[in-house]
Amino acid sequence: MSLRIVVCVKYVPDATGDRHFADDLTVDRDDVDGLLSELDEYAVEQALQIADEADDAEITVLTVGPEDAKDALRKALSMGADKAIHVEDDDLHGTDVMGTSLVLAKAIEKAGYDLVITGMASTDGTMAVLPAILAERLGVPQVTLLSEVKVEDGTVTGRRDGDTASEQLEASLPALVSVTDQSGEARYPSFKGIMAAKKKPVEAWDLSDLEIEADEVGLEGSWTTVDSAAQRPARTAGTIVKDEGEGGKQLAGFLAEQKFI
Amino acid sequence: MAEVLVYVDHVDGAVRKPTLELLTLARRIGEPVAVALGAGAADTAAVLAEHGAVKVLTADAPEFTEYLVVPKVDALQAAYDAVSPVAVLVPSSAEGKEIAARLAVRIGSGIITDAVDLEAGDEGPVATQAAFAASFTTKSRVSKGTPVITVKPNSAPVEAAPAAGAVEALAVTFGALATGTKVVSRTPRESTGRPELTEAAIVVSGGRGVNGAENFHIIEALADSLGAAVGASRAAVDAGWYPHSNQVGQTGKSVSPQLYIASGISGAIQHRAGMQTSKTIVAINKDSEAPIFDLVDYGVVGDLFAVVPQLTEEIQARKG
Ligand SMILES: Cc1cc2nc3c(=O)[nH]c(=O)nc-3n(C[C@H](O)[C@H](O)[C@H](O)COP(=O)(O)OP(=O)(O)OC[C@H]3O[C@@H](n4cnc5c(N)ncnc54)[C@H](O)[C@@H]3O)c2cc1C
Ligand SMILES: Cc1cc2nc3c(=O)[nH]c(=O)nc-3n(C[C@H](O)[C@H](O)[C@H](O)COP(=O)(O)OP(=O)(O)OC[C@H]3O[C@@H](n4cnc5c(N)ncnc54)[C@H](O)[C@@H]3O)c2cc1C
Repeated sequence: MSLRIVVCVKYVPDATGDRHFADDLTVDRDDVDGLLSELDEYAVEQALQIADEADDAEITVLTVGPEDAKDALRKALSMGADKAIHVEDDDLHGTDVMGTSLVLAKAIEKAGYDLVITGMASTDGTMAVLPAILAERLGVPQVTLLSEVKVEDGTVTGRRDGDTASEQLEASLPALVSVTDQSGEARYPSFKGIMAAKKKPVEAWDLSDLEIEADEVGLEGSWTTVDSAAQRPARTAGTIVKDEGEGGKQLAGFLAEQKFI
Repeated sequence: MAEVLVYVDHVDGAVRKPTLELLTLARRIGEPVAVALGAGAADTAAVLAEHGAVKVLTADAPEFTEYLVVPKVDALQAAYDAVSPVAVLVPSSAEGKEIAARLAVRIGSGIITDAVDLEAGDEGPVATQAAFAASFTTKSRVSKGTPVITVKPNSAPVEAAPAAGAVEALAVTFGALATGTKVVSRTPRESTGRPELTEAAIVVSGGRGVNGAENFHIIEALADSLGAAVGASRAAVDAGWYPHSNQVGQTGKSVSPQLYIASGISGAIQHRAGMQTSKTIVAINKDSEAPIFDLVDYGVVGDLFAVVPQLTEEIQARKG
């Protein structure tokens, strides 16, 4: 029986660009190039490795995002995923994590799945909570923040390196897994992969396909409200000295002045 | 007065500092009721009472250690049902965020994560967040349900404010999902004797410039002279020079100490995301063009192998 893997990937503004907020306090997506969240590449990579080990597996990549989010799906397809689903709807603009997770949960259920894989966090919202929320909504075990993952005989196992301990986890499928950037470098798409990706199917769904009302998502339907966003004032230029043999002592002087010594 | 539920992060009864900070913030919006789970839960009561908890709800059961996250959500939900609080505050650890998130969906509430400050507002608590690698400061509210907010370490001073701290046993019924993810084994992290990275007042970090695991003792010696925690960049961690648990940055720990000293670290955006809110920033780097120098209060352009040992020696001399 085929193992159906759904990988959730997010399209995000490039972290090395000048990211900022638009007038409605949502992320300004026009001024900065977007890309597949780098941390989701690790999720795609683990899906590919799990699929390689399985007799028969199919990987669907799923995103909720604007028109350009197709680029993120293409990247994942060129890495080796089989097909893609793009949930796009004008009413989604400004959706918070509760709305996003609702849309993802409905889309995952409609697509059909045995295993859902996500990144550890997006590189823009960086909340790192969507995977747990998704598991709660889907009613499946959460096997999250894994630095190692394996799927065998309907069971997922993995290692979670926490603050105070490292844990070995186990759950039965269907389950939701999130992987960290310690899980292993993501592969680069090959030329062949890039060419093949052009022919792979990308399905487009909107809110009505998922039987979600417009007021359940978007800025209006948000369960949180951003009241203000202000750029942090640039740090005032500090003192910079060149080490001419006394750099360590000079620095100690500064630390003493600041009462750290 | 309105009650505020505070989730307690503790290790065998020893309450971690971020929870005491949460109690300070909770008192700005109501009366803190603490929820402590697992082994040693009742032992937390004295210190929680000293910091303002009017009540401490405790529960212990094997489920809390044998299964991941969900049993604690069941317990927090039981506390929520028992108290009907005006807000739920949880420390922003990886597990804390997951617990808060699942509770929020269950009770039909919005969630705000990684708040760095919290104040009472006309329409409920207002949280300050640092966005886009801390280059923006936002103020947000939960506009639906009972606000569930996770708060980063070092976001508020720890203040004593003695309260009753009456201990009450919390009755918890575990749901069907509680036993979904089994913890097969657990290997505790060995203590280095140094302060906890996210809680430390001073953090001394090394990067690729440290050039080898065998050189990290230079960074450790400086840290020890200041009673500091040791951090590392991802480049140093990926090279296997220092454990991942010490990584500072977007995918490592986020720190906000009084003093951050970066040696041989360039200051890539993902590293900055984890340390940009430090009060005082110092860097030692041989490249005067390194982006880390844009952040510093004091920078030394020089070879860390000369500067760091001299600094350590001078600190020890000054301390006498
Ligand atoms: C600076 C900033 C702060 C924010 N703060 C809040 C807040 O406090 N509360 C709130 O409710 N919302 C907040 N949001 C909105 C929230 O980030 C989005 O709704 C988002 O899609 C879900 O959260 P995340 O991106 O932080 O996901 P995380 O929980 O960090 O993401 C984990 C994983 O979930 C998957 N994923 C996330 N989004 C998508 C998607 N759109 N499509 C497919 N997969 C996805 C990816 O696999 C990702 O690796 C914030 C957004 C920004 C930019
Ligand atoms: C999705 C994602 C997440 C990431 N998460 C993190 C994260 O959490 N934390 C993190 O740190 N990085 C993270 N990174 C990596 C980040 O982009 C950088 O690659 C990394 O921070 C570089 O580490 P570094 O500054 O130690 O190394 P480099 O950038 O190589 O810098 C080394 C510096 O040391 C200096 N140097 C060399 N020798 C000496 C000497 N003898 N004396 C003094 N100075 C010297 C050099 O001039 C240089 O500036 C992430 C990247 C991605 C894509």
